[in-house]
Amino acid sequence: MDNDDRRVRVTRRTVLESGTATAALMLTGFPEVALSAEPLSDKAVAPVAVDLQINGQSHTLHLDPRTTLLDALREHLALTGSKKGCDHGQCGACTVLLDGRRINSCLTLAVMHDGQSITTIEGLADGATLHPLQAAFIAHDGCQCGYCTSGQICSAAGMLGESRAGMPSYVTADLAEARPELTDAEIRERMSGNICRCAAYPNIVAAIREAAGTPT
Amino acid sequence: MDMNAPIGQNALDDPKSIVGKPLDRIDGRLKVTGAARYAYEFAQETTTTYGYVVEAAIGKGRIRSIDTRAAERSPGVVLILTHRNTPGQGTGSHHEAHPVLTDANVNYYGQPAAFVVAETFEQARAAAYLVRVDYERVAGKYALESNLKYAGSPPAQEGQPHPDSAVGDFTGAFASAPVQLDVTYTTPLQSHAMMEPHASMAVWEGDKLTLHTANQMLSQGQEAVARTLKMPVENVRLISPFIGGGFGGKLWVNADAILAAIAARQLNRPVKTALTRQQIFHVTTHRSDTVQRIRLGTDRDGRIVAIGHDVFSGNLPSEQSFETAAMQTRTLYVGANRLTRHRLVPLDIPIASSMRAPGEAVGMLALECAMDELAAKLNLDPIDLRIRNEPTEDPEKHIPYSSRHLIACLQEGAKRFGWDKRNPKPGQVADGRWLVGMGVAAASRGNPLRTSKANVRLDPDGILTAKMAMTDIGTGTYTIMTQIAAEMLGLPPDRIRMELGDTRFPEAAGSGGSFGAASAGSALFDACETLRAKLAGAAGMDPKAARFADGNIEAGGRSKRLTDLVGNAGMEADGEIGPGTTLKDFSQQSYGAHFAEVAVDMDTGEIRLRRMLGVFTAGRILNEKTARSQAIGGMVFGIGAALEEGLNLDPRFGHFVNHDLAEYHVPVHADVPVIDAVFLPELDTKSNPLKSKGIGELGISGAGAALANAIYNACGARVRDYPITLDKVLTVLPVQA
Repeated sequence: MDNDDRRVRVTRRTVLESGTATAALMLTGFPEVALSAEPLSDKAVAPVAVDLQINGQSHTLHLDPRTTLLDALREHLALTGSKKGCDHGQCGACTVLLDGRRINSCLTLAVMHDGQSITTIEGLADGATLHPLQAAFIAHDGCQCGYCTSGQICSAAGMLGESRAGMPSYVTADLAEARPELTDAEIRERMSGNICRCAAYPNIVAAIREAAGTPT
Repeated sequence: MDMNAPIGQNALDDPKSIVGKPLDRIDGRLKVTGAARYAYEFAQETTTTYGYVVEAAIGKGRIRSIDTRAAERSPGVVLILTHRNTPGQGTGSHHEAHPVLTDANVNYYGQPAAFVVAETFEQARAAAYLVRVDYERVAGKYALESNLKYAGSPPAQEGQPHPDSAVGDFTGAFASAPVQLDVTYTTPLQSHAMMEPHASMAVWEGDKLTLHTANQMLSQGQEAVARTLKMPVENVRLISPFIGGGFGGKLWVNADAILAAIAARQLNRPVKTALTRQQIFHVTTHRSDTVQRIRLGTDRDGRIVAIGHDVFSGNLPSEQSFETAAMQTRTLYVGANRLTRHRLVPLDIPIASSMRAPGEAVGMLALECAMDELAAKLNLDPIDLRIRNEPTEDPEKHIPYSSRHLIACLQEGAKRFGWDKRNPKPGQVADGRWLVGMGVAAASRGNPLRTSKANVRLDPDGILTAKMAMTDIGTGTYTIMTQIAAEMLGLPPDRIRMELGDTRFPEAAGSGGSFGAASAGSALFDACETLRAKLAGAAGMDPKAARFADGNIEAGGRSKRLTDLVGNAGMEADGEIGPGTTLKDFSQQSYGAHFAEVAVDMDTGEIRLRRMLGVFTAGRILNEKTARSQAIGGMVFGIGAALEEGLNLDPRFGHFVNHDLAEYHVPVHADVPVIDAVFLPELDTKSNPLKSKGIGELGISGAGAALANAIYNACGARVRDYPITLDKVLTVLPVQA
């Protein structure tokens, strides 16, 4: 691998490394808090202005820089559809779409997304008409307690985009295949970042399969 | 009404009844659009403050000093509660009260040591890390297995199963049995790991407290909050319309609720708090680990003559509840000589309590594997062994079963699953590098009924409003209750307004122990029966002859609109159910059979579940769709118990090392292949007016054992220490060339 190649390639390793760094930050608020016995100064946590495009609407917020994107949505915009299940990127309940890609909104700070476009569960339906995934989740009973559901649906929406773009997964047999078929095994693998403790998994897979338009 | 006699023909028996139909979850739309609101998400005032728990960082000892000065200077902090400034509270078992910050003693790792309240979550969290606690550690007893010598008999408690049971002469009969099996199984500490963290928001108006709180049993919770805070129960209101899963972890009032309430009162401002995922594992309850010795003695034909089950579990010295793992052993199979004993080991680790199917979930991991071992020893098919040991009456209580179709479930499952293709000899079926095997296990779960009340009102606009302090933790309560009310009054489901999750409504059983649907549903049924009688009276019709359909009441060729009968104020009725003599006169369980096919990698020991089937009978099924979802959910809990789940205790410090969702492994999508659940038709006239039985925990009972037995059939490894992970299998796999 030459240097140029290394710069542009997003590898699993770089994703993991950046994820770990973010997770460490979340754990402690700010690193100095963990190291110091003294409080941060007011200045250190002075509000920062951030513009977020959320579900097509522009919002200017003044946020404590420690505010995660998830808490900005839930606590500052009353968009409580995105759920906090673990706050550490381990459960997927907070999944939202950032410029169309699925991310764990608990693992990123709101101020890092100035000017970016975010779609939450509240923005998926077209007025009173549910998104096909939402309708399929109801028909197939893809939710029980409902707490992971927003994340499952947003994650599925992002995952279907990845699949259409030809991205392979761990279970894809032929990585060179232009567009791997989205089998149930592919759906399960690609959705494994979203935990459902009620275990609606078979119903969720059925709902995604239907919404994806893949034959059963 | 109390359940004192079998139920005759009733309105739900109509073959066209909407009860049982696969109605879509009526709260489905709220859930898929993110509009369903959970405890932490209620209307936030600008005055709302945020609380963050500081946990004790030792297993046992006391707080020598606690320095909150830096935390108090931290921006935004408005209050720090410690044992020094927290008022005295009422006490009791964890079922009755949950006092917090009572004194300097630390009884278990993670016990709240302080509660930091600030204007924002970020401020509270940052300040919490500035609280400095100095401890004086003392030696504690943490691990179950190394402290078995301290085991004692838990006291028998009214309304609870007795820890011991004995019939005949077990010791003598076992010693003289021609075929004997004596095996010990261990199951690990487990965590509910529901998706919604425990969360509460407390708001005071004068001396009245409103708690938005994630709690499965609101009426009991209201009592516990009142007792803890030493206030009249009528001044406490719990609200919980949606709960992000519980599985027993939210049965009782937890620290989040009491801390928020105390802080909100001191501040005279709303306080909300959610435990972090990491905190949940220690601050709230878990399922105890168990050591279980099973002894089965049979004649040469495999008929059980002696059956024994000894269970050890642990709990805090102040708690008396134990893991009731031998309950099904008392009733599932024949045997004239029987012995079950539960022993409790006092341990200095967090509170052990109910987790989905307390007792059965881990008890049947042992019993149903032992049955498989016995079948292998006798060279019998495991289904045949169970048929040979099918009782005609409850073998301990000598009373009839209310209904029991275990054999039908086993046989139907065998047919659907292709059990006849199983090679009884382990390690014979290979698929590439995978060794493939099948396993079976029985499912059995007690069928309780609890007191529950309901109120219904039909308004002139044709809307029937039903109110109960009942909860829907994902079980489908809103939906099945809507179906019951719709059927009883002959109204379409969209005319039913189901109001749950508020202690202002009539006291209800809550969600737990598989009693929720039966208890609350029967109370609602009773209220609807009364309303039907009132409506018939108003119409001048004989209530027994009246039929309710399409918004009308009909009898004797006459028909009237219900809306014309209720007057301007509407018409109300109350209903109530209570357990009665049918629980004593009949042995009540729901039953089923689990089938699993697994593949074990012959080189690495990696285990993959390939497919799974559960066939169940649980009385009347109230909603085919949500019932199937519940059963599958239970079965997947069984997958977790068999293959993945276990809290790793640090025996030096008494803390759970893997206390988050990255390290405490629960099944994810990739772990759950083709899996189905089927209910065979059954009505149980002895259980309750709905003729239903509990299903929420049936699916887990025995499920993991089917996987364990399949692993044995696949590769010959009999692992008696759950979860069955590849390292344990690897040691007994044959070495590959």
